[in-house]
Amino acid sequence: MSVMQISVFLENKPGTLKKMTGVLAENNINMRATSLAETKDFGIARLVVDDALSAVNTLKDNNFVASLTPVLAIEIPDEAGGLDKILESFDNAQVNIEYMYAFTGGKCSDHAYMIFRVSDTKAAESKLIGTGVKILTQEDIESI
Amino acid sequence: MEHYFQKEIECASQEEIRSIQNEKLVKQVKHVWENVPYYRKKMEEKGITPDDIKSVDDLHKLPFLSKKDLRDAYPYGLLGKPLKECVRMHSTSGTTGKRVVAFYTQHDIDLWEDCCARAIMAAGGTDEDVCQIAYGYGLFTGGAGLNGGSHKVGCLTVPASSGNTDRQIMFINDLSATILCCTPSYAAYLSERFKELGYGPDDITLKAGIFGAEAWSEEMRQDIQNTLGIKAYDIYGLTELSGPGVAFECSAQDGMHINEDHFIAEIIDPETEEVLPEGEQGELVFTAIDKEAFPMIRYRTRDICKLTREKCSCGRTHVKMAKPMGRSDDMLIIRGVNVFPSQIETVLLNNGYAANYQIVVDRKNNTDTLDVQVEMTPEMFTDNVGEIEERQKKLVDDLKSMLGIKAKVSLMTPKSIARSEGKAVRVIDKRKI
Repeated sequence: MSVMQISVFLENKPGTLKKMTGVLAENNINMRATSLAETKDFGIARLVVDDALSAVNTLKDNNFVASLTPVLAIEIPDEAGGLDKILESFDNAQVNIEYMYAFTGGKCSDHAYMIFRVSDTKAAESKLIGTGVKILTQEDIESI
Repeated sequence: MEHYFQKEIECASQEEIRSIQNEKLVKQVKHVWENVPYYRKKMEEKGITPDDIKSVDDLHKLPFLSKKDLRDAYPYGLLGKPLKECVRMHSTSGTTGKRVVAFYTQHDIDLWEDCCARAIMAAGGTDEDVCQIAYGYGLFTGGAGLNGGSHKVGCLTVPASSGNTDRQIMFINDLSATILCCTPSYAAYLSERFKELGYGPDDITLKAGIFGAEAWSEEMRQDIQNTLGIKAYDIYGLTELSGPGVAFECSAQDGMHINEDHFIAEIIDPETEEVLPEGEQGELVFTAIDKEAFPMIRYRTRDICKLTREKCSCGRTHVKMAKPMGRSDDMLIIRGVNVFPSQIETVLLNNGYAANYQIVVDRKNNTDTLDVQVEMTPEMFTDNVGEIEERQKKLVDDLKSMLGIKAKVSLMTPKSIARSEGKAVRVIDKRKI
């Protein structure tokens, strides 16, 4: 059920992020969602794309260090209290969130989507089943 | 089975070696007195003549030679034979300033090649081997020295010279090369390339490597050995004394035997210039007792190391020198503390980083800054920012405890630090003093 997110190491230097997006553009890789975690000394770009495996190989071929991380992609009604409802389910299921970021859908404009990185993806999935939370599959991501 | 090129002399008793040294030293001092006015003047200033030198015990009476003397006497001032008898010259890489040049008669070339042949056989080489030499050929001594040694052993010699990594790999594979000679940093680079191409240690025909011309750490040795599936042996030398082969490692891989029938080694305190007792750490000083064209007496190498006469499992009796911590020329003085790049390398490899690093020293607000730049590797990367920061912090802490000063650690994009085909450029000193 989970979705594969690509994590890319970025040196703290002007132009590093642009170099990465350049590689993705040249190889016609479309990003669905992206976020940037930064520290004083380096950054990690996190991306969700339609074909994670080929994107990660393309990045490696271009001298980036990149790895795949399982994350939960969840559909959220684009309305007040939408996220709160989801987090209530997380709370009830005792799922600990490490980080999250949002993106809005292309075709389905009444929905927002959020990516959640949790400590144990598999356990979280099984706990969230039946709570009404809609977890997206890799195929869903491709068709958004 | 241990192989020897010249077993009789390599395994001679200490007394025999001493008696050879006594005889050659007396002869050499006389030769220099008569033929090298530059050194004769130095002896005269100290008030000594060849009559004062009766054995190795008198060696300490002789004046030192340093790199500065070589530069002052450039090019022919220290020549011990007429040009008519000289057949070759080589030159240092000039990594630490102006190049120095050295000269050879045919006799000098022969003894140098013998030393290299001893090194190759100590690494397990025989006439059955295919020996690929990826040291630079030309002015640099690495290519020529090992080439000559490989011929003497009877190996099929592949004079690949440095560079063109994919061609090196092609020849290693196509010719089933078994011995590789190059700088350790280039060996690390070749290992990396082999790995990228999907070769495991069992797919590589090499069984031994002879790596020298720059300081490298024990951890780097382990890395290269594991990746290439070889035994990696250190070799030591200086252009001033001939080139590689002044000392070499044997199967024990624990220090390098100095070819004492050609070179007398001393350890001195670099400040007081006093000779130190055996086993103490200090600056290595060499006297070439068999060289005609460029007869170095008490040449100060600037290399800091120790000597040991403990019995070696390989059967060789010649004194062993520990891996030098680095040339004192390579030594950086940062905030008043002596720092060797090899110490930084040890910490990096111990922490799981690759040997691709660069040390940038600068001065900001009158304080020296030390920035250790190391490439991120797939093994060290994780999506967890906290974990990477923790590792980075551990690296900073380990550097602090090794060096005694705080260093900044910068994590770099893979392949962003230039690879070297010869001697690696590890240090960038931007300080303007």
